[in-house]
Amino acid sequence: MTEMKGRKIFGGKAAGQALVTKQDISFYGGCDPETGEIVEKGHELEGQSVSGKILVFPTGKGSTVGSYVLYALKKAGKAPLGIINTSTDPVVAVGCIISEIPAIDQIEIENISSGQKLKIDADNGVVSIV
Amino acid sequence: MRVVLTSEDKAMLDGKYGKATKKAMEIIVTLGEIYGAERLIPVSSVQIAGVSYHNLGEAGLEYLLEMAEDGQTRVLTTLNPAGMDMDEWKKHGISEEFAVNQQRVVDAFAQMGVVTTCTCTPYLIGNLPHYGEHIAWAESSAVCFANSVIGALTNREGGPSALASALTGKTAEYGLHLQKNREAEVHYEIRAPLHSTDGFGLLGQIIGERTGKAIPLISGIQTATTEQLKSFCASVATYGGVPLFHMEGITPNRTTEPERKEVVTEDNLIAARKALDDEDAEIDFISIGCPHASIKEIAKVAELLKGKKVAEGKTVWITTARPTKDLAIKMGYYDVIEESGAFLVSDACCAVAPLKGRFKGLMTDSAKACFYARGKNKFRTEIRTLDECIEKAIA
Repeated sequence: MTEMKGRKIFGGKAAGQALVTKQDISFYGGCDPETGEIVEKGHELEGQSVSGKILVFPTGKGSTVGSYVLYALKKAGKAPLGIINTSTDPVVAVGCIISEIPAIDQIEIENISSGQKLKIDADNGVVSIV
Repeated sequence: MRVVLTSEDKAMLDGKYGKATKKAMEIIVTLGEIYGAERLIPVSSVQIAGVSYHNLGEAGLEYLLEMAEDGQTRVLTTLNPAGMDMDEWKKHGISEEFAVNQQRVVDAFAQMGVVTTCTCTPYLIGNLPHYGEHIAWAESSAVCFANSVIGALTNREGGPSALASALTGKTAEYGLHLQKNREAEVHYEIRAPLHSTDGFGLLGQIIGERTGKAIPLISGIQTATTEQLKSFCASVATYGGVPLFHMEGITPNRTTEPERKEVVTEDNLIAARKALDDEDAEIDFISIGCPHASIKEIAKVAELLKGKKVAEGKTVWITTARPTKDLAIKMGYYDVIEESGAFLVSDACCAVAPLKGRFKGLMTDSAKACFYARGKNKFRTEIRTLDECIEKAIA
Protein backbone atom coordinates (compact mmCIF):
# COMPACT_ATOMS: atom_id res chain seq x y z
CA MET A 1 0.00 0.00 0.00
CA THR A 2 1.39 3.40 -1.03
CA GLU A 3 0.46 6.47 0.99
CA MET A 4 0.61 10.07 -0.19
CA LYS A 5 0.14 13.15 1.95
CA GLY A 6 -1.59 16.27 0.70
CA ARG A 7 -3.84 19.03 1.97
CA LYS A 8 -7.47 18.78 3.06
CA ILE A 9 -9.91 20.80 0.96
CA PHE A 10 -13.06 19.24 2.39
CA GLY A 11 -13.06 16.52 5.05
CA GLY A 12 -14.45 12.99 5.06
CA LYS A 13 -13.47 9.49 4.03
CA ALA A 14 -14.03 7.60 0.79
CA ALA A 15 -12.89 4.41 -0.95
CA GLY A 16 -13.29 3.44 -4.57
CA GLN A 17 -11.83 3.16 -8.04
CA ALA A 18 -9.69 5.96 -9.45
CA LEU A 19 -10.68 7.78 -12.64
CA VAL A 20 -7.63 9.77 -13.72
CA THR A 21 -7.08 12.48 -16.33
CA LYS A 22 -4.10 14.71 -17.07
CA GLN A 23 -6.51 17.36 -18.38
CA ASP A 24 -8.30 20.04 -16.34
CA ILE A 25 -12.07 19.71 -15.93
CA SER A 26 -14.76 22.37 -16.36
CA PHE A 27 -17.85 21.06 -14.61
CA TYR A 28 -20.09 23.80 -16.08
CA GLY A 29 -20.68 22.79 -19.68
CA GLY A 30 -18.12 20.00 -19.44
CA CYS A 31 -20.00 17.50 -17.26
CA ASP A 32 -23.66 16.43 -17.48
CA PRO A 33 -25.23 17.46 -14.14
CA GLU A 34 -27.75 14.61 -14.28
CA THR A 35 -25.54 11.67 -15.24
CA GLY A 36 -21.99 12.65 -14.33
CA GLU A 37 -20.79 11.98 -17.88
CA ILE A 38 -17.93 14.13 -19.18
CA VAL A 39 -19.32 15.81 -22.29
CA GLU A 40 -16.55 18.29 -23.18
CA LYS A 41 -15.63 17.65 -26.83
CA GLY A 42 -12.17 16.13 -27.17
CA HIS A 43 -11.62 15.68 -23.42
CA GLU A 44 -9.65 12.57 -22.43
CA LEU A 45 -12.61 11.43 -20.33
CA GLU A 46 -15.31 12.31 -22.90
CA GLY A 47 -18.10 9.75 -22.62
CA GLN A 48 -16.95 8.45 -19.21
CA SER A 49 -18.88 9.04 -15.99
CA VAL A 50 -17.35 10.53 -12.85
CA SER A 51 -20.18 9.02 -10.81
CA GLY A 52 -19.09 6.71 -7.99
CA LYS A 53 -15.39 7.21 -8.76
CA ILE A 54 -12.50 8.87 -6.99
CA LEU A 55 -11.92 11.56 -9.58
CA VAL A 56 -8.27 12.54 -10.08
CA PHE A 57 -7.38 15.59 -12.21
CA PRO A 58 -4.89 18.49 -12.12
CA THR A 59 -7.26 21.39 -11.44
CA GLY A 60 -10.62 22.87 -12.40
CA LYS A 61 -11.28 25.47 -15.07
CA GLY A 62 -14.24 27.48 -16.33
CA SER A 63 -17.30 29.24 -14.91
CA THR A 64 -18.06 29.51 -11.20
CA VAL A 65 -21.46 27.94 -11.93
CA GLY A 66 -19.41 24.71 -12.03
CA SER A 67 -19.70 24.54 -8.22
CA TYR A 68 -23.45 24.03 -8.62
CA VAL A 69 -22.90 21.17 -11.08
CA LEU A 70 -21.10 19.21 -8.35
CA TYR A 71 -24.02 19.98 -6.05
CA ALA A 72 -26.48 18.75 -8.72
CA LEU A 73 -24.51 15.52 -9.10
CA LYS A 74 -24.60 14.96 -5.34
CA LYS A 75 -28.37 15.52 -5.23
CA ALA A 76 -28.83 13.12 -8.16
CA GLY A 77 -26.65 10.49 -6.46
CA LYS A 78 -24.15 10.78 -9.32
CA ALA A 79 -21.30 12.65 -7.66
CA PRO A 80 -17.74 11.37 -7.50
CA LEU A 81 -17.00 9.68 -4.15
CA GLY A 82 -13.96 11.87 -3.68
CA ILE A 83 -11.74 14.34 -5.55
CA ILE A 84 -7.94 14.46 -5.75
CA ASN A 85 -6.15 17.40 -7.43
CA THR A 86 -2.67 18.68 -8.03
CA SER A 87 -4.01 22.08 -7.02
CA THR A 88 -7.70 22.67 -6.30
CA ASP A 89 -9.19 25.79 -7.88
CA PRO A 90 -11.93 27.83 -6.15
CA VAL A 91 -14.75 26.49 -8.34
CA VAL A 92 -14.07 22.86 -7.45
CA ALA A 93 -13.23 23.72 -3.80
CA VAL A 94 -16.56 25.52 -3.33
CA GLY A 95 -18.34 22.70 -5.19
CA CYS A 96 -16.87 20.11 -2.80
CA ILE A 97 -17.79 22.13 0.28
CA ILE A 98 -21.41 22.72 -0.70
CA SER A 99 -21.82 19.09 -1.85
CA GLU A 100 -19.79 17.58 1.01
CA ILE A 101 -17.44 15.62 -1.24
CA PRO A 102 -14.13 14.64 0.44
CA ALA A 103 -11.32 16.37 -1.42
CA ILE A 104 -7.52 16.60 -1.16
CA ASP A 105 -4.96 18.54 -3.18
CA GLN A 106 -1.16 18.88 -3.38
CA ILE A 107 -0.93 15.23 -4.47
CA GLU A 108 1.40 14.03 -7.25
CA ILE A 109 -1.40 12.63 -9.38
CA GLU A 110 1.09 11.15 -11.90
CA ASN A 111 1.49 8.32 -9.38
CA ILE A 112 -2.16 7.28 -9.71
CA SER A 113 -3.68 5.33 -12.63
CA SER A 114 -7.29 4.80 -13.62
CA GLY A 115 -8.76 1.62 -12.19
CA GLN A 116 -6.55 1.52 -9.08
CA LYS A 117 -8.37 1.12 -5.75
CA LEU A 118 -7.93 4.25 -3.61
CA LYS A 119 -8.75 5.16 -0.03
CA ILE A 120 -8.87 8.78 0.98
CA ASP A 121 -8.89 10.23 4.45
CA ALA A 122 -9.43 13.87 3.63
CA ASP A 123 -9.41 15.09 7.25
CA ASN A 124 -5.76 14.06 7.44
CA GLY A 125 -5.03 14.74 3.75
CA VAL A 126 -4.00 11.12 3.13
CA VAL A 127 -4.47 9.16 -0.12
CA SER A 128 -3.68 5.43 -0.12
CA ILE A 129 -3.35 3.18 -3.16
CA VAL A 130 -4.64 -0.18 -1.91
CA MET B 1 -4.83 25.72 9.63
CA ARG B 2 -2.96 28.87 8.67
CA VAL B 3 -5.86 31.33 8.63
CA VAL B 4 -6.19 32.93 12.07
CA LEU B 5 -9.85 33.20 13.09
CA THR B 6 -11.54 35.51 15.58
CA SER B 7 -13.85 34.03 18.20
CA GLU B 8 -16.84 35.14 16.11
CA ASP B 9 -15.39 33.49 12.96
CA LYS B 10 -14.94 30.28 14.99
CA ALA B 11 -18.47 30.46 16.36
CA MET B 12 -19.79 30.72 12.80
CA LEU B 13 -17.61 27.80 11.72
CA ASP B 14 -18.86 25.72 14.66
CA GLY B 15 -22.48 26.23 13.62
CA LYS B 16 -23.49 28.60 16.45
CA TYR B 17 -25.06 30.97 13.92
CA GLY B 18 -26.91 28.21 12.08
CA LYS B 19 -26.34 25.81 9.22
CA ALA B 20 -26.13 28.25 6.31
CA THR B 21 -23.66 30.54 8.09
CA LYS B 22 -21.53 27.50 8.99
CA LYS B 23 -21.40 26.39 5.35
CA ALA B 24 -20.66 29.97 4.27
CA MET B 25 -17.79 30.23 6.76
CA GLU B 26 -16.38 26.88 5.56
CA ILE B 27 -16.25 28.33 2.04
CA ILE B 28 -14.53 31.56 3.17
CA VAL B 29 -11.95 29.76 5.34
CA THR B 30 -11.17 27.11 2.69
CA LEU B 31 -10.60 29.76 0.02
CA GLY B 32 -8.40 31.60 2.52
CA GLU B 33 -6.32 28.47 3.06
CA ILE B 34 -6.00 27.73 -0.66
CA TYR B 35 -4.72 31.26 -1.31
CA GLY B 36 -2.61 31.57 1.82
CA ALA B 37 -4.64 34.24 3.65
CA GLU B 38 -3.54 35.03 7.19
CA ARG B 39 -6.92 36.27 8.40
CA LEU B 40 -10.47 37.16 7.47
CA ILE B 41 -11.53 40.77 7.01
CA PRO B 42 -14.96 42.42 7.13
CA VAL B 43 -16.64 43.46 3.88
CA SER B 44 -19.25 46.19 3.65
CA SER B 45 -20.89 45.34 0.35
CA VAL B 46 -21.64 42.21 -1.67
CA GLN B 47 -22.78 41.67 -5.26
CA ILE B 48 -23.98 38.14 -6.11
CA ALA B 49 -23.80 36.55 -9.57
CA GLY B 50 -25.54 33.38 -10.73
CA VAL B 51 -29.12 34.64 -10.68
CA SER B 52 -30.55 33.70 -14.07
CA TYR B 53 -32.37 30.37 -13.80
CA HIS B 54 -30.98 29.72 -17.28
CA ASN B 55 -27.43 29.50 -15.83
CA LEU B 56 -28.22 28.34 -12.31
CA GLY B 57 -30.53 25.45 -13.14
CA GLU B 58 -32.51 23.40 -10.65
CA ALA B 59 -29.40 22.36 -8.72
CA GLY B 60 -28.27 25.91 -8.10
CA LEU B 61 -31.78 26.82 -6.99
CA GLU B 62 -31.87 23.86 -4.60
CA TYR B 63 -28.65 25.07 -3.02
CA LEU B 64 -30.09 28.58 -2.58
CA LEU B 65 -33.25 27.16 -1.00
CA GLU B 66 -31.11 25.15 1.42
CA MET B 67 -29.10 28.26 2.36
CA ALA B 68 -32.30 30.32 2.68
CA GLU B 69 -33.64 27.99 5.39
CA ASP B 70 -31.69 29.86 8.07
CA GLY B 71 -29.24 32.16 6.24
CA GLN B 72 -29.46 35.97 6.56
CA THR B 73 -27.26 38.63 5.01
CA ARG B 74 -25.09 40.71 7.35
CA VAL B 75 -24.13 43.46 4.88
CA LEU B 76 -25.69 45.28 1.92
CA THR B 77 -26.09 42.62 -0.76
CA THR B 78 -27.39 43.12 -4.29
CA LEU B 79 -28.08 40.79 -7.21
CA ASN B 80 -26.90 40.30 -10.78
CA PRO B 81 -29.39 40.28 -13.68
CA ALA B 82 -32.06 37.61 -13.86
CA GLY B 83 -33.09 35.84 -17.07
CA MET B 84 -36.14 38.07 -17.57
CA ASP B 85 -37.87 41.33 -16.68
CA MET B 86 -39.49 40.34 -13.38
CA ASP B 87 -42.75 42.15 -14.27
CA GLU B 88 -43.06 42.41 -18.03
CA TRP B 89 -41.55 39.03 -19.00
CA LYS B 90 -44.63 37.84 -20.87
CA LYS B 91 -44.50 40.47 -23.58
CA HIS B 92 -40.80 39.74 -24.15
CA GLY B 93 -41.60 36.16 -25.14
CA ILE B 94 -40.40 34.40 -21.97
CA SER B 95 -42.16 31.11 -21.17
CA GLU B 96 -44.43 30.70 -18.14
CA GLU B 97 -42.32 27.77 -16.92
CA PHE B 98 -39.10 29.80 -16.99
CA ALA B 99 -40.82 32.74 -15.27
CA VAL B 100 -42.02 30.55 -12.39
CA ASN B 101 -38.53 29.15 -11.81
CA GLN B 102 -36.86 32.57 -12.12
CA GLN B 103 -39.26 33.93 -9.51
CA ARG B 104 -38.32 31.06 -7.16
CA VAL B 105 -34.63 32.03 -7.49
CA VAL B 106 -35.27 35.70 -6.72
CA ASP B 107 -37.59 34.78 -3.82
CA ALA B 108 -34.89 32.57 -2.29
CA PHE B 109 -32.44 35.49 -2.36
CA ALA B 110 -35.08 37.86 -0.93
CA GLN B 111 -35.71 35.42 1.92
CA MET B 112 -32.04 35.78 2.89
CA GLY B 113 -32.35 39.57 2.97
CA VAL B 114 -30.68 40.19 -0.39
CA VAL B 115 -31.86 43.38 -2.10
CA THR B 116 -33.15 41.88 -5.35
CA THR B 117 -31.89 44.60 -7.68
CA CYS B 118 -31.07 42.27 -10.57
CA THR B 119 -28.46 44.44 -12.25
CA CYS B 120 -24.83 44.12 -13.30
CA THR B 121 -24.31 47.84 -12.51
CA PRO B 122 -25.00 47.97 -8.74
CA TYR B 123 -22.79 51.08 -8.57
CA LEU B 124 -25.37 53.03 -10.62
CA ILE B 125 -28.30 52.29 -8.32
CA GLY B 126 -27.28 52.44 -4.68
CA ASN B 127 -24.62 49.81 -4.03
CA LEU B 128 -21.70 52.21 -4.42
CA PRO B 129 -18.65 51.55 -2.24
CA HIS B 130 -16.04 54.25 -1.75
CA TYR B 131 -12.31 54.33 -2.41
CA GLY B 132 -10.37 51.88 -0.25
CA GLU B 133 -13.42 49.94 0.94
CA HIS B 134 -13.15 46.13 1.12
CA ILE B 135 -16.05 44.41 -0.64
CA ALA B 136 -16.89 40.95 -2.06
CA TRP B 137 -18.32 41.22 -5.55
CA ALA B 138 -19.07 38.71 -8.25
CA GLU B 139 -19.98 39.80 -11.81
CA SER B 140 -16.72 40.32 -13.63
CA SER B 141 -17.60 43.71 -15.16
CA ALA B 142 -18.69 45.17 -11.82
CA VAL B 143 -15.60 43.72 -10.10
CA CYS B 144 -13.43 45.50 -12.66
CA PHE B 145 -15.37 48.77 -12.27
CA ALA B 146 -15.23 48.64 -8.44
CA ASN B 147 -11.50 47.90 -8.29
CA SER B 148 -10.42 50.22 -11.08
CA VAL B 149 -12.81 53.14 -11.45
CA ILE B 150 -13.95 53.41 -7.81
CA GLY B 151 -10.83 52.08 -6.09
CA ALA B 152 -12.64 49.68 -3.77
CA LEU B 153 -10.92 46.31 -3.16
CA THR B 154 -12.41 42.97 -4.22
CA ASN B 155 -11.36 39.65 -5.66
CA ARG B 156 -13.30 38.21 -8.56
CA GLU B 157 -15.81 36.18 -6.55
CA GLY B 158 -18.08 33.44 -7.85
CA GLY B 159 -21.79 33.13 -7.01
CA PRO B 160 -21.43 30.82 -3.99
CA SER B 161 -18.40 32.62 -2.51
CA ALA B 162 -20.11 36.02 -2.80
CA LEU B 163 -23.18 34.60 -1.05
CA ALA B 164 -20.86 33.20 1.63
CA SER B 165 -19.48 36.72 2.23
CA ALA B 166 -23.03 38.09 2.40
CA LEU B 167 -24.01 35.61 5.13
CA THR B 168 -20.81 36.01 7.19
CA GLY B 169 -19.90 39.63 6.44
CA LYS B 170 -16.33 38.39 5.85
CA THR B 171 -13.87 37.48 3.15
CA ALA B 172 -10.38 36.01 3.33
CA GLU B 173 -7.58 38.55 2.98
CA TYR B 174 -5.72 37.53 -0.18
CA GLY B 175 -5.29 38.61 -3.79
CA LEU B 176 -6.61 42.07 -4.58
CA HIS B 177 -7.38 42.85 -0.93
CA LEU B 178 -3.62 43.28 -0.50
CA GLN B 179 -2.03 46.43 -1.91
CA LYS B 180 1.07 44.55 -3.11
CA ASN B 181 -1.05 42.59 -5.61
CA ARG B 182 -2.58 45.69 -7.21
CA GLU B 183 0.43 47.04 -9.09
CA ALA B 184 0.34 47.27 -12.89
CA GLU B 185 2.25 44.57 -14.77
CA VAL B 186 2.02 45.75 -18.39
CA HIS B 187 1.82 49.27 -19.81
CA TYR B 188 -0.43 49.77 -22.85
CA GLU B 189 -0.06 53.07 -24.64
CA ILE B 190 -3.16 53.88 -26.67
CA ARG B 191 -2.48 55.62 -29.99
CA ALA B 192 -5.99 55.56 -31.38
CA PRO B 193 -8.99 57.87 -31.15
CA LEU B 194 -11.79 56.60 -28.88
CA HIS B 195 -15.14 58.37 -28.80
CA SER B 196 -17.88 55.83 -28.06
CA THR B 197 -18.92 52.88 -25.91
CA ASP B 198 -18.30 50.39 -28.72
CA GLY B 199 -14.77 51.77 -29.21
CA PHE B 200 -14.00 51.36 -25.51
CA GLY B 201 -15.43 47.84 -25.72
CA LEU B 202 -13.10 47.02 -28.60
CA LEU B 203 -10.15 48.42 -26.64
CA GLY B 204 -11.16 46.16 -23.73
CA GLN B 205 -11.20 43.21 -26.10
CA ILE B 206 -7.69 44.00 -27.42
CA ILE B 207 -6.16 44.53 -23.99
CA GLY B 208 -8.06 41.59 -22.46
CA GLU B 209 -6.81 39.18 -25.10
CA ARG B 210 -3.22 40.45 -24.87
CA THR B 211 -2.91 40.78 -21.12
CA GLY B 212 -4.82 37.72 -19.84
CA LYS B 213 -4.74 38.13 -16.08
CA ALA B 214 -1.86 40.65 -15.93
CA ILE B 215 -2.91 44.04 -14.53
CA PRO B 216 -2.68 46.73 -17.22
CA LEU B 217 -1.65 50.37 -16.96
CA ILE B 218 -3.32 52.24 -19.81
CA SER B 219 -2.14 55.64 -21.01
CA GLY B 220 -3.05 57.94 -23.86
CA ILE B 221 -6.76 58.28 -23.13
CA GLN B 222 -7.75 61.91 -22.61
CA THR B 223 -11.32 61.55 -21.35
CA ALA B 224 -13.78 58.75 -20.66
CA THR B 225 -17.42 58.82 -19.58
CA THR B 226 -18.87 56.46 -16.95
CA GLU B 227 -20.71 54.67 -19.78
CA GLN B 228 -17.48 54.20 -21.75
CA LEU B 229 -15.66 52.92 -18.67
CA LYS B 230 -18.40 50.38 -17.88
CA SER B 231 -18.20 49.14 -21.47
CA PHE B 232 -14.42 48.85 -21.21
CA CYS B 233 -14.65 47.00 -17.86
CA ALA B 234 -17.14 44.46 -19.22
CA SER B 235 -15.02 43.78 -22.25
CA VAL B 236 -11.57 43.61 -20.65
CA ALA B 237 -12.93 41.22 -17.99
CA THR B 238 -14.64 39.02 -20.60
CA TYR B 239 -11.82 38.72 -23.12
CA GLY B 240 -9.11 38.54 -20.45
CA GLY B 241 -9.40 37.71 -16.78
CA VAL B 242 -8.67 41.26 -15.75
CA PRO B 243 -10.18 42.29 -12.39
CA LEU B 244 -8.27 45.59 -12.17
CA PHE B 245 -6.66 48.16 -14.46
CA HIS B 246 -5.08 51.57 -14.09
CA MET B 247 -5.94 54.35 -16.56
CA GLU B 248 -3.62 57.32 -16.37
CA GLY B 249 -5.43 60.54 -15.48
CA ILE B 250 -8.77 58.77 -15.08
CA THR B 251 -8.72 56.06 -12.37
CA PRO B 252 -7.78 56.86 -8.74
CA ASN B 253 -5.31 54.08 -7.78
CA ARG B 254 -1.56 54.69 -7.85
CA THR B 255 0.87 52.20 -9.37
CA THR B 256 4.54 51.87 -10.22
CA GLU B 257 5.52 51.86 -13.90
CA PRO B 258 5.72 48.29 -15.27
CA GLU B 259 8.76 47.25 -17.35
CA ARG B 260 6.80 45.76 -20.23
CA LYS B 261 5.27 48.27 -22.61
CA GLU B 262 3.06 47.75 -25.65
CA VAL B 263 1.23 50.02 -28.07
CA VAL B 264 -2.38 49.80 -29.23
CA THR B 265 -2.92 51.41 -32.63
CA GLU B 266 -5.91 52.40 -34.72
CA ASP B 267 -5.18 49.36 -36.93
CA ASN B 268 -5.57 47.12 -33.87
CA LEU B 269 -9.01 48.67 -33.24
CA ILE B 270 -10.05 48.13 -36.86
CA ALA B 271 -8.93 44.50 -36.65
CA ALA B 272 -10.81 43.99 -33.37
CA ARG B 273 -13.99 45.39 -34.93
CA LYS B 274 -13.55 43.07 -37.91
CA ALA B 275 -13.21 40.11 -35.57
CA LEU B 276 -16.63 40.84 -34.03
CA ASP B 277 -18.38 41.59 -37.33
CA ASP B 278 -19.71 38.51 -39.08
CA GLU B 279 -19.94 39.24 -42.79
CA ASP B 280 -23.03 37.13 -43.25
CA ALA B 281 -24.82 38.53 -40.17
CA GLU B 282 -28.54 38.95 -40.74
CA ILE B 283 -29.50 41.40 -38.01
CA ASP B 284 -32.90 40.72 -36.42
CA PHE B 285 -32.02 41.61 -32.82
CA ILE B 286 -30.63 44.91 -31.55
CA SER B 287 -29.62 45.26 -27.92
CA ILE B 288 -28.22 48.18 -25.91
CA GLY B 289 -27.42 47.86 -22.22
CA CYS B 290 -24.55 45.44 -21.63
CA PRO B 291 -23.63 46.39 -18.94
CA HIS B 292 -27.05 47.78 -17.99
CA ALA B 293 -27.84 51.12 -19.61
CA SER B 294 -27.54 54.31 -17.56
CA ILE B 295 -30.34 56.90 -17.53
CA LYS B 296 -28.16 58.99 -19.86
CA GLU B 297 -28.01 56.17 -22.42
CA ILE B 298 -31.76 55.58 -22.17
CA ALA B 299 -32.42 59.30 -22.72
CA LYS B 300 -30.26 59.12 -25.84
CA VAL B 301 -32.08 56.04 -27.16
CA ALA B 302 -35.46 57.74 -26.53
CA GLU B 303 -34.28 60.81 -28.44
CA LEU B 304 -33.26 58.65 -31.41
CA LEU B 305 -36.49 56.61 -31.38
CA LYS B 306 -38.90 59.52 -30.91
CA GLY B 307 -41.68 59.31 -33.53
CA LYS B 308 -39.96 56.36 -35.27
CA LYS B 309 -41.00 52.73 -35.66
CA VAL B 310 -38.83 49.65 -35.26
CA ALA B 311 -38.66 47.85 -38.63
CA GLU B 312 -40.69 44.69 -39.13
CA GLY B 313 -38.84 41.51 -38.27
CA LYS B 314 -36.54 43.28 -35.82
CA THR B 315 -36.60 43.08 -32.03
CA VAL B 316 -35.00 45.75 -29.86
CA TRP B 317 -34.07 45.29 -26.19
CA ILE B 318 -32.73 48.20 -24.13
CA THR B 319 -31.71 46.51 -20.87
CA THR B 320 -31.34 48.32 -17.57
CA ALA B 321 -31.82 48.16 -13.80
CA ARG B 322 -35.33 48.49 -12.37
CA PRO B 323 -34.79 51.84 -10.57
CA THR B 324 -33.42 53.26 -13.85
CA LYS B 325 -36.48 51.95 -15.69
CA ASP B 326 -38.74 53.58 -13.08
CA LEU B 327 -36.92 56.84 -13.66
CA ALA B 328 -37.30 56.37 -17.42
CA ILE B 329 -41.04 55.91 -16.94
CA LYS B 330 -41.21 59.13 -14.89
CA MET B 331 -39.26 61.02 -17.55
CA GLY B 332 -41.39 59.72 -20.43
CA TYR B 333 -38.49 57.84 -22.06
CA TYR B 334 -40.21 54.50 -21.47
CA ASP B 335 -43.33 55.53 -23.45
CA VAL B 336 -41.26 56.88 -26.35
CA ILE B 337 -39.19 53.67 -26.53
CA GLU B 338 -42.16 51.29 -26.22
CA GLU B 339 -44.30 53.27 -28.70
CA SER B 340 -41.58 52.75 -31.30
CA GLY B 341 -41.91 49.00 -30.83
CA ALA B 342 -38.65 48.63 -28.90
CA PHE B 343 -38.64 47.18 -25.37
CA LEU B 344 -37.16 48.78 -22.26
CA VAL B 345 -36.35 45.61 -20.35
CA SER B 346 -35.33 45.78 -16.70
CA ASP B 347 -33.67 43.10 -14.50
CA ALA B 348 -32.45 41.02 -17.45
CA CYS B 349 -29.90 41.23 -20.25
CA CYS B 350 -29.26 39.57 -23.59
CA ALA B 351 -26.37 37.52 -22.16
CA VAL B 352 -28.38 35.67 -19.48
CA ALA B 353 -31.95 35.56 -20.86
CA PRO B 354 -33.08 32.29 -22.52
CA LEU B 355 -32.79 33.58 -26.11
CA LYS B 356 -31.16 30.67 -27.95
CA GLY B 357 -32.95 29.91 -31.21
CA ARG B 358 -35.02 33.11 -31.19
CA PHE B 359 -32.73 35.31 -33.30
CA LYS B 360 -30.12 35.01 -36.04
CA GLY B 361 -28.00 38.13 -35.70
CA LEU B 362 -27.30 40.64 -32.92
CA MET B 363 -26.22 44.25 -33.38
CA THR B 364 -24.99 45.93 -30.21
CA ASP B 365 -22.54 48.54 -28.94
CA SER B 366 -21.12 46.01 -26.45
CA ALA B 367 -18.13 43.76 -27.16
CA LYS B 368 -19.10 41.62 -24.15
CA ALA B 369 -22.60 41.08 -25.52
CA CYS B 370 -21.05 39.87 -28.80
CA PHE B 371 -18.98 37.29 -26.91
CA TYR B 372 -21.99 35.73 -25.17
CA ALA B 373 -24.28 36.05 -28.19
CA ARG B 374 -21.81 34.00 -30.17
CA GLY B 375 -20.77 31.49 -27.53
CA LYS B 376 -24.05 30.78 -25.79
CA ASN B 377 -26.76 31.70 -28.28
CA LYS B 378 -24.97 30.97 -31.58
CA PHE B 379 -26.00 34.37 -32.99
CA ARG B 380 -23.97 36.20 -35.64
CA THR B 381 -22.84 39.63 -34.44
CA GLU B 382 -22.03 43.18 -35.50
CA ILE B 383 -20.65 45.85 -33.16
CA ARG B 384 -21.59 49.49 -33.85
CA THR B 385 -22.08 52.78 -32.00
CA LEU B 386 -25.31 53.23 -30.04
CA ASP B 387 -26.58 55.64 -32.72
CA GLU B 388 -25.84 53.17 -35.52
CA CYS B 389 -27.59 50.36 -33.64
CA ILE B 390 -30.78 52.42 -33.31
CA GLU B 391 -30.54 53.53 -36.97
CA LYS B 392 -30.37 49.83 -37.93
CA ALA B 393 -33.43 49.12 -35.78
CA ILE B 394 -35.63 51.64 -37.59
CA ALA B 395 -34.18 51.17 -41.07
